[in-house]
Amino acid sequence: MSVLLTATDLSVSYGKVVAVHNIAIELPGSGIVTLIGANGAGKSTTLLSLMGVLPAKGKLMFDGIDITKSPVEERVEMGISLVSEKRDLFSSMSVEDNLRLGCYRRNRSHGGEALEEVFGRFPRLKERRRQLAATLSGGERQMLAMGRALMARPRLLMLDEPSLGLAPLIVRDIFRIVTDLRDSGIAILLVEQNARAALEVASAGYVMELGEITTHGPASELINDRRLIESYLGIG
Amino acid sequence: MDSTITLFLLQDGLINGSIYALLAVAFVLLFAVTRIIFVAQGDFVAYGGLTFAALQQGSVPGSIWLLAGLGIIAGTLEFLRERRALTRPKVLGILAGDFVFPLTLTGVAILAAPQDMPYLFDMALALTLVVPMGPYIYRICFRPMASASVLVLLIASVGVHWLMIGLGLLFFGAEGYRAAPMFGANFALGPVPVSAQSLLVMGATLALLVGFYLFFGRTLAGKALMATAVNARGASLVGISPSFSGRTAFLMAAFVGAISGILIAPLTTLYYDSGFLIGLKGFVAAIVAGFASFPLAVAGAIAIGIAEAVSAFFASAFKEVIVFSLILPILIWRSIRAPHLEED
Repeated sequence: MSVLLTATDLSVSYGKVVAVHNIAIELPGSGIVTLIGANGAGKSTTLLSLMGVLPAKGKLMFDGIDITKSPVEERVEMGISLVSEKRDLFSSMSVEDNLRLGCYRRNRSHGGEALEEVFGRFPRLKERRRQLAATLSGGERQMLAMGRALMARPRLLMLDEPSLGLAPLIVRDIFRIVTDLRDSGIAILLVEQNARAALEVASAGYVMELGEITTHGPASELINDRRLIESYLGIG
Repeated sequence: MDSTITLFLLQDGLINGSIYALLAVAFVLLFAVTRIIFVAQGDFVAYGGLTFAALQQGSVPGSIWLLAGLGIIAGTLEFLRERRALTRPKVLGILAGDFVFPLTLTGVAILAAPQDMPYLFDMALALTLVVPMGPYIYRICFRPMASASVLVLLIASVGVHWLMIGLGLLFFGAEGYRAAPMFGANFALGPVPVSAQSLLVMGATLALLVGFYLFFGRTLAGKALMATAVNARGASLVGISPSFSGRTAFLMAAFVGAISGILIAPLTTLYYDSGFLIGLKGFVAAIVAGFASFPLAVAGAIAIGIAEAVSAFFASAFKEVIVFSLILPILIWRSIRAPHLEED
């Protein structure tokens, strides 16, 4: 399968503290790859650096183009989208405005079609289209954040803890949507505390510990890895 | 105080309040988008009015040299910043926007100033000479420190203010200037005479405020700017460049300042440092609005304009004292309502 994104020797520091150290990641053009690890392992920092929000050292190639020095807006234009852990919604703006801004940089000419697609995927957002984002429930906010990212019709969608703080029923919905997106051909990089759920939908996984990638491989192998089962997946 | 005096004071207060309202909106916009409390906002008023007055009098405004200098500095810094990623379109863009554009405007001003040009031409030229200074100042002074604290940004903006004041003295001299009104007509509103220029100020303010409302409420570009104000990282994630938002906010703020100066230049004598005091009243209105709400800023500005007119009538020596003392109860009220405000 063709490679969409390659990160080589990627390092990110907060001042003198190195949060991510010389990691290498390769993402295929479709399917889900998951990045798992404990709190503070550097997963969110990795996503933010791949998006260009945090400056990083190393080399980053997207679809054969060197994007190491590209600012966030250029990466968005090329088809990379990130749904951050904090959602980063425009809380005092309506659901529809939040969504329409999703195609500000990419896919603007097809914004109307994209909006209908997002409403088709998340009917709840259509019901709440005039409501302010601040008034949405946790699950709806997550849907809005994902919908906003999908408005740009990304080629690579990075999801940071999409199930964080949500009720189990909503989590099930979110994972169903993630697998639907995978089936529609979007490449997904999924960071998830619920490692078992992530590995069940992913084709490959990377394990991060203290800012370094310690293990990687096919999800079917990682899910049976004894050390991972003890550390992240829970015994039994 | 009879009804005639009340109407006089109300008229005076509304005219001043209109200008403060525009400046307050600019303060709120700049702070919301860039976190900069731009103390030099009022200096655009003085530069706009004095550049316009100079053009009307047939002399070359000194502000052209600031425009040319800012363009060249911004362009040179851009070349240095982009030196490793320079492409032909980028080079052409920098040359056109930072060198050819300001130098052409400078040339046009030198050639046009001695000619007897129409009123509207002088207005438009004054605007095009002063407004680009806003984005240039942002790119030179603030973009490199965009992630600095609010306090550092405030100190930098104080520095820009003193620089503009100093250069203003050099360019325009210590003397005050007053421009001719666009319309010389006067009307009578009951017992109160109203000049056409006063109506122009209020009408233009209203039109600009409606324009801002439509821009922010109806256009994707306006919503993108507001999105940066609401959540800068969220805006960045959808591809809205923080630098572009900053430049746009400064462009709008400089436009608001310059047009305010051009509008009031026929009503009051402007000096190189007049902008500071005018801007400060817009600043007080922005404080009323907590640097967050546009409608509150406008309401606060109108109230300040009226308070100023009333205090000028009853206790002219204490006019400024009364107006600026309003900050204290407002801040106390705001701190009671929102006691846990912290810097992000």
